[in-house]
Amino acid sequence: MTLTEHTTDKPRVRSVQRVTRPDPASRSRGGQRFVLIGLILACAYSLFPLWWLIIAATKDRVGLYQSNGLWFSGWHLTDNLHQLFTYEGGIFLRWTANSLLYAGVGSLGGTLIALATGYGLARFTFPGRGLIFACVVGSFLIPIALLALPLYLVFSDIGLVDTPWAMLIPCLINPFSVYLAKVYTEATIPFELLEAARIDGAGELRIFFSIVVRMMTTGGATIFLLAFVNTWNAFFLPLTVLRGEENWTLNLGLYNWSGKRLEAGVDLTSLVLTGALLSIVPMAILMIAMRRYWRSGVTLGALK
Amino acid sequence: MISSLRWKGASFTAPFLLGFVFLYLLPMGYAAYQSLFREEQSGLGLGGSSQSFVGLDNYLEGLTDSAFMGSVLRVALFACVQIPLMLLISLVLALLLDSLTSRTAGRFRILLLVPYMIPGVVAAIVWINLYSPNVGPLTPLGDALGFDWDFFTPSMVWPSIGNLLTWHGIGYNMVIIYSALQAVPRELFEAARLDGASEWRIARSIKVPYVRSALVLTGLLSIIQMLQIFNEPALFRNVTPQTVDDKFTPIMIIYNAAFNAGNYHYAATLSVLLALILGIASFVFYRLTSKEAD
Repeated sequence: MTLTEHTTDKPRVRSVQRVTRPDPASRSRGGQRFVLIGLILACAYSLFPLWWLIIAATKDRVGLYQSNGLWFSGWHLTDNLHQLFTYEGGIFLRWTANSLLYAGVGSLGGTLIALATGYGLARFTFPGRGLIFACVVGSFLIPIALLALPLYLVFSDIGLVDTPWAMLIPCLINPFSVYLAKVYTEATIPFELLEAARIDGAGELRIFFSIVVRMMTTGGATIFLLAFVNTWNAFFLPLTVLRGEENWTLNLGLYNWSGKRLEAGVDLTSLVLTGALLSIVPMAILMIAMRRYWRSGVTLGALK
Repeated sequence: MISSLRWKGASFTAPFLLGFVFLYLLPMGYAAYQSLFREEQSGLGLGGSSQSFVGLDNYLEGLTDSAFMGSVLRVALFACVQIPLMLLISLVLALLLDSLTSRTAGRFRILLLVPYMIPGVVAAIVWINLYSPNVGPLTPLGDALGFDWDFFTPSMVWPSIGNLLTWHGIGYNMVIIYSALQAVPRELFEAARLDGASEWRIARSIKVPYVRSALVLTGLLSIIQMLQIFNEPALFRNVTPQTVDDKFTPIMIIYNAAFNAGNYHYAATLSVLLALILGIASFVFYRLTSKEAD
């Protein structure tokens, strides 16, 4: 993509971090009111589904079907949670643990690999460097089905289908993380510092682990966060390579339950809704705890 | 000395390169290879099946497969409506945010980004239940307003999915456009105001042209995602299998060809075709939008 060149110019990246700026010139009262009303309506649209979900998770079956959806009716959240955690021998907790494992371990490994690759691409010249970078950017265009189906065939040949490895291995290689790591390295690691370390006799590996990785904490955290969110949200890959429900992710489990409620005589609606709410919780905690990183990451990522 | 440093540098990229070859290049090559073969039953089907080379026959079949090409067209038409609408709303919101002090803007921005934090599958589950005539609040609301709406009929299912995608996407797109707006030199606005330009005129003639590249970018990302749409229709299919059939979107067809019909060769062919279509669509979109700029 030729887009790369003129959208990653540095001034824009820097401006993302600029928090305060001069107050825009004073406006007519009416205009200001129009702006606020527009934004409040947009916020209401953005938030009411979540509000409804929170309310729904606190209701029992009768309340869910018969009371006003936007207000409380009784408090049954604890019953719902109990039902959710004990249904089919606590399979929901298993899915949560799986999602955490795939997203956590996969992203951690993927981030380390991406940092090393980004550093190699940004701070060394070697034959094939341009080609590797072209592959990284070009792979953004590859449809997931083109990778997932042959991967399924290969993984089933070597017996990896339906094991955690089928999710973990693909998560280790993330071209988008590599792209971000390269951009961050260019912005934070000066050549002079590397020269100085080399003159002092530090080996390349030591330079990487004790200087580069440490200086890239912010960039690394952003890469980890985005990769985590990506894996947590993944659906097509786990649907393809995970067959038995012990290895499923939360998304797969909820998808399956939301399909079952039609056929199986049991009403799973309440379970699905409580589960859906819970599956947002880790994401919300992570996003809030790391908001400093993901704000810059979301926009930087978009400027690829 | 210099050349040894080169190889040390290259070796930092080795783990990724190895993974990339095994997880990207080889699977793609394997898919391309498989797309050239067909499974054929030998004899009465007792001797098992064997692969035979058929050249580009699978591609001919794919290109004339009305279900596949129809699904591509369906998704493309949908993209032509939903993406401009979503980007327009995101642009308006970004412009509104830009006219506030950064402190107030920051608060609104966080609230507007909440849908982006919600996984796509969960977002679809929530909206399907909001649409549901049994548990959702929208049906009673429609009754109160005198509308008798059903969100799952064939004519409503795309608008229903479109609303879900728009809800999920405006926050993210808004943030990107907003950060592009923040990079516009503020002096330009002051100068325009001194010349007597209205806020509307400033937005139209200065701000929008400045965020063009952000709009092109978000448009491109949305197109790439849209042609691969799978999660939302798959979840809608759970609720209304008669409206959302298993040939609703290209990826659904590919998935079914592989896992329900067991025809990996054809699924591989369609994946390659979809990749080509994606590449062409991105290229055409990029060409069209960058030409207009001159």
